[in-house]
Amino acid sequence: MTADVLYPTSPAEVQEAVRSQPRVLPRGGGSKPALSTPGEGQAVLDLSGLSGVLEYDPGEYVLVARAGTRLAEVEQLLAQNGQYLPFDPPLVEQGATLGGTVAAGLSGPLRQRYGGVRDFILGVQFVDGEGSLVRGGGKVVKNAAGFDLPKLMVGSLGRLGILTELAFKVFPFPKATATLRITFPALEAALEALYKLAGSPIELYALDLEAPATLVLRLGGLPEALPSRLERLQSFLSRSGEVLQGDTETQYWRHLNPLNLGEGYLVKVALTARQIPALEKALGGAPRRYMSAGNLLYMAWNNDLERLDTLLKSENLSGLVLKGTTPRPQIGIDLGQVMGHRVTAALDPQGKFTPYHP
Amino acid sequence: MNPGLQELTRLFPPSRLLHRPGELAPYESDALTAFRARPLAVVLPESHDEVVAAVRFCAQHQLPYVARGSGTSLSGGSLPIEGGLVIGLNRMNKLLRLEPKERIAVVQPGYINLQVSQAAAPYSLYYAPDPSSQPVSTIGGNLAFNSGGAHCLKYGMTSNHVLAAKVVLPDGETVTLGSESLENTGPDWLGLFVGSEGLLGIATEITLRLLPKPETYHTVLAAYDSLAKAGDAVAAVVASGLLPGAMEIMDSLAIKAAEAAVQAGYPQEARALLIVELEGEIPQVEAEARRLDQVIRQSGAYEVRVAQGAQERMKIWKGRKAAFSAVGRLSPDYIVQDGVVPRSRLGQALQEIERLSEHYGLRVANVFHAGDGNLHPLILYNGRVAGELERAEELAGEILRLCVALGGSITGEHGVGMEKKAYMTEMFSETDLAAMQRIRRALDPLELSNRGKMFPGGEAPALKHSGPHPLEQAGVIWRE
Repeated sequence: MTADVLYPTSPAEVQEAVRSQPRVLPRGGGSKPALSTPGEGQAVLDLSGLSGVLEYDPGEYVLVARAGTRLAEVEQLLAQNGQYLPFDPPLVEQGATLGGTVAAGLSGPLRQRYGGVRDFILGVQFVDGEGSLVRGGGKVVKNAAGFDLPKLMVGSLGRLGILTELAFKVFPFPKATATLRITFPALEAALEALYKLAGSPIELYALDLEAPATLVLRLGGLPEALPSRLERLQSFLSRSGEVLQGDTETQYWRHLNPLNLGEGYLVKVALTARQIPALEKALGGAPRRYMSAGNLLYMAWNNDLERLDTLLKSENLSGLVLKGTTPRPQIGIDLGQVMGHRVTAALDPQGKFTPYHP
Repeated sequence: MNPGLQELTRLFPPSRLLHRPGELAPYESDALTAFRARPLAVVLPESHDEVVAAVRFCAQHQLPYVARGSGTSLSGGSLPIEGGLVIGLNRMNKLLRLEPKERIAVVQPGYINLQVSQAAAPYSLYYAPDPSSQPVSTIGGNLAFNSGGAHCLKYGMTSNHVLAAKVVLPDGETVTLGSESLENTGPDWLGLFVGSEGLLGIATEITLRLLPKPETYHTVLAAYDSLAKAGDAVAAVVASGLLPGAMEIMDSLAIKAAEAAVQAGYPQEARALLIVELEGEIPQVEAEARRLDQVIRQSGAYEVRVAQGAQERMKIWKGRKAAFSAVGRLSPDYIVQDGVVPRSRLGQALQEIERLSEHYGLRVANVFHAGDGNLHPLILYNGRVAGELERAEELAGEILRLCVALGGSITGEHGVGMEKKAYMTEMFSETDLAAMQRIRRALDPLELSNRGKMFPGGEAPALKHSGPHPLEQAGVIWRE
């Protein structure tokens, strides 16, 4: 069955589409097919035409853009002014958009320093299930007026509204960076070092764990301070590791951004470092990378999704399938609760954004 | 006895059910002292189950209620509803769990903000959000109003530091929102709950994220002969690519008041003071300090001081944090606003505030978080002079409209509460507010939980002149 695809180019056309279609699924760049492949009876709202940066004044640290704007365009513009999206969204070259990144709730390695997408979203405009155009939040870096609808939309997977415009806080990118890769004899030693670092005043831009036992640490700051900080880091861990600098370093992180971890499904898992030992025992050979001191896991799963679902449930974890197709991208423990159900019904009373009929 | 009260006596012992006029008086107002309302009663639960019982009681009797911590809300957020119930959470003040290795603290809502950092200090950890009310304000209240502080540009507000909450919904059901992970795989329900001003429920158990204490600080105090120069200095710091933990500006009225109150050693004749603080790893801060000093030197500061050691740093901050109560000494009464403007509009906003001040014939002192454009104009008035309070309110309203017109927000950190609900329509359309209302009514169809706050309309208690909060007079809390 081929689904209907609509190409709205304005918020008004999104409103019209939501009003006229029985059920809709938003799609940005299509870089996360598990989230943008329509189910039966769902019309696709392709938002790639709802694109463009609307406001950006580097001195304000604020960027406002239409939801279908590609991350690549945004990052290029920010980089011209020495700035970046501090939550470090993945899949930039794969065509991911701001809207898709927010709806999926995706951040990358650099989230370690200042926070994830939820910490940098300032404002949102979306079309709710009745076709109303709603704004929440604002366009300044600090704001406490009204319900925090921008945060609510992070991870909402198009179930609460179709994002049309987004405002973010942005930061200056560090003037210099360096990366240290240290392989430990075993997971226990790597985790011990991870905890030691996370509880220390050493400020890392990235604190990744490559299974089975390699820590990848990224420092950022002023170039004149970087050599001594790198030495301090090495002596703090009593290991010299492998230092990456210059183009090699930039390329290393750029290659990670597409999350090409391996064959099969691409899955995000939210967790904490203390859940890693048990999970590591259970996961076997699935290619994977832990980010932000063990708070975020991306993995490739080339097996039955039901098996992973069961495995995550047994570890009390929730996951989100990004690539590969499945009618139920949310796996692992059920995060549903009565507050969620009621708020969903309030924003989408007719079930326009419901992905399937259970 | 009121039949409702009669039933409450079955739920709460007499020592924790207050209903006599003398017992209720301290609960009639919060730090927004211009409003006052008499509740039916105050209950003081000691457990999650007792909060559930109180909320269920209210649902059953369709009695509006407000949850309250220390009552330091500057927006009237914890103002009682006339004839409603106050659920006082100060007795739920325990630290339930501190896990230094995982860098989390689990607290009850009545736990005091500053105590979190104190409890975490032995492990070189701290809780980042630092509203000036932190010696008395509670985590429950901080969460409900998404409190800010001086370090928001870099570290965010309360919402960025709360990992999970156990919440009693307005129908008495309990849900757990969030988890110990910084990440999530569905809609951010916790993000919606934080800052919902007590309209969506009551948090009874809150998981906070702790950060490692910075290795060192570099605190600079720069004096200027004009506010505009101080504002330009902030822009220059930002343009240099530095990201200081805090950037604060005080105007001459605030400087004089602070100096008189706490002898911080500020240059008294300055028209504006700028405080910039860097923090982090020693080699990085040393390198940043060299760049910052260069920027500040070129910014036209006529005097620059760098804090030598922790004591001098504390002294600089003491003056800043005491500025509000100090300004209070200059005037019998004042109103403080916390509107936000884009940083580039700070100069314009301050100029306009000065013009409004002259127009209304009321003095306005300015202390603000310059790094994030969060203004704090203090409008001085004398409540005993007929019409002054009303004029002050009008002036405050003009400033809020100004903030919105310049592309900002009516509140950066105090919340909407009672005070600013009439201005929500300046910032949000009817459709926006209707969507928020739909969310609220989905959880609370009778609008019992903190009725009359945040959304425009509804009954408001009369404005009354009542002077500063007793805690403020005692110098325990500050309005900021």
